[in-house]
Amino acid sequence: MMEHNENTAVQEVALSAFDYKMENDQAIEPRDEMPEGYRKHLIRQMSQHAHSEVIGMQPEGNWITRAPSLRAKQILLAKIQDECGHGLYLYSAAETLGISRSEMIAQLHSGKAKYSSVFNYPTLNWADVGAIGWLVDGAAIVNQVSLQRTSYGPYSRAMVRICKEESFHQRQGYEIMANMMRGTADQREMAQDAMNRWWWPSLMMFGPHDSSSPHTGDAFKWKIKRQSNDELRAKFIDKTVQQAEVIGLTIPDPELKWNEEKGHYDHGPINWAEFQRVIGGHGPCNTQRIAHHKKTHENGAWVRAAAAAYSAKQKSIA
Amino acid sequence: MTKEQALYNYCVRLGDNALVQSYRLSEWCSNAPILEEDLALTNMALDMTGRAQLLLQYAGKVAGHGKTADDMAYRRAEREYRNDLISELPDADFAFTMVRQMLVSTFECFLYAALVSSSDKEIAAIAAKAVKEARYHMAHTSEWVIRLGDGTEESNRRAQSALNILWSYTGGLFETTDADALLLSEGMAADVSQIKTKWQENIEAILREAKLILPADDYQQTGGRQGLHTEYLGHMLTEMQYLHRTYPEAIW
Repeated sequence: MMEHNENTAVQEVALSAFDYKMENDQAIEPRDEMPEGYRKHLIRQMSQHAHSEVIGMQPEGNWITRAPSLRAKQILLAKIQDECGHGLYLYSAAETLGISRSEMIAQLHSGKAKYSSVFNYPTLNWADVGAIGWLVDGAAIVNQVSLQRTSYGPYSRAMVRICKEESFHQRQGYEIMANMMRGTADQREMAQDAMNRWWWPSLMMFGPHDSSSPHTGDAFKWKIKRQSNDELRAKFIDKTVQQAEVIGLTIPDPELKWNEEKGHYDHGPINWAEFQRVIGGHGPCNTQRIAHHKKTHENGAWVRAAAAAYSAKQKSIA
Repeated sequence: MTKEQALYNYCVRLGDNALVQSYRLSEWCSNAPILEEDLALTNMALDMTGRAQLLLQYAGKVAGHGKTADDMAYRRAEREYRNDLISELPDADFAFTMVRQMLVSTFECFLYAALVSSSDKEIAAIAAKAVKEARYHMAHTSEWVIRLGDGTEESNRRAQSALNILWSYTGGLFETTDADALLLSEGMAADVSQIKTKWQENIEAILREAKLILPADDYQQTGGRQGLHTEYLGHMLTEMQYLHRTYPEAIW
């Protein structure tokens, strides 16, 4: 009984230190005491973020062997490497919260952990690689720039580094689209086709409207999230519309219109039924993406076992 | 054969080897056993793509036909490719990739070390960059070959069976043509007959540490340098050149 009371007292002091840091906009670090809900929220969000980087390698990797020039191949290889590096970096950052990479991978395979639903759409032509860089990474940057000020130190620092690379990704994606729009009629058609298919899924990346976002409350209170889904979505639309116009791409939304009063574009209704359906597992590539990740993980088991066995032998010799 | 023709053939051979290796390595993207290895394999693919670009561009310049590196890569058929057969074989598993790359990168360490002093300034400059990369590739892959060979029973079996298949293609690395003789007399090419012994010593040392057995069968498959390939190359080029073949007018 005594012990229990002391623990409670320690936790109260520690929690008030957490509250103090929150109020004063100081970063929470791995050794700091933190509410269990805060820890859980971050593990969920950071592991989902890491999984998104890794699963996102698949749709782009789909074009590596078919990249149409040596330069394009180098850029795409370097870009996917960056995503892989981000995944590694984010897994490590999430590990500071007391969960291992293999546990996170197990949660991905069991369906407990999610990844960005946008990667459940297929890359059907070369312009899709451009669209992913320009639109998907472009949307991710808006989110991630905002996350640079998130309250958890390791996450915030990861975002600073990741944002630098993501802006390169967005430029390379836009370059592919611009090149194709300067090309033959076939190329322009491919670019517009990619635009038509990736625009709406990119808008969905910001999540449900503020009026119906289930996690918004805690995430704001804990300063994990600094700007709302709708604010971030508006930022993305505003900067992208102009970029599309410059290269002659049409945004597939007849209701898109500049709203002078709000200082933002108004857009047509987002198909939230599709969003829920794809998140729920019924997108074009959900089964394929997870099956691929599982198969790769299982195929690699003997390699990881060999490395562990060799390392154990070396230790026993030393 | 003129000196220019010989130099062109030589650059195409080196460039095609880099290009074909880049293709096979890049197939590991999002397929590696751990993320760290995904990064390492695509990093090697990236080195190889860069090397292919430099060498094929130079080949085009030597030939004077105005072809770019991309024209060379994307608009030639398999009989015009001059890469070694060992590099075009499809990857059976991670052990196959590591054993293959160890065998080839060890060869390339000696090859490019020799080419650093080529009398052709362009080749010497490309070699100075390539030799650094090849040393890293050799270090990385030989560590893996040792880990796999001396890891578990399964990894040893897989590495050994990869070695058994790959060994009969190593002879192609040392195959020479008329171009070699001509360029050797000009001090432009590397003498592969001198490389062979050093290469074999290095490989044997790695295999000993990896507890792998050098295959007894000496039969060697060659022909890559005459443009006689395995059936696998045609499929690789079909995929690699897909966009150029489908949209010949497009500029990417």
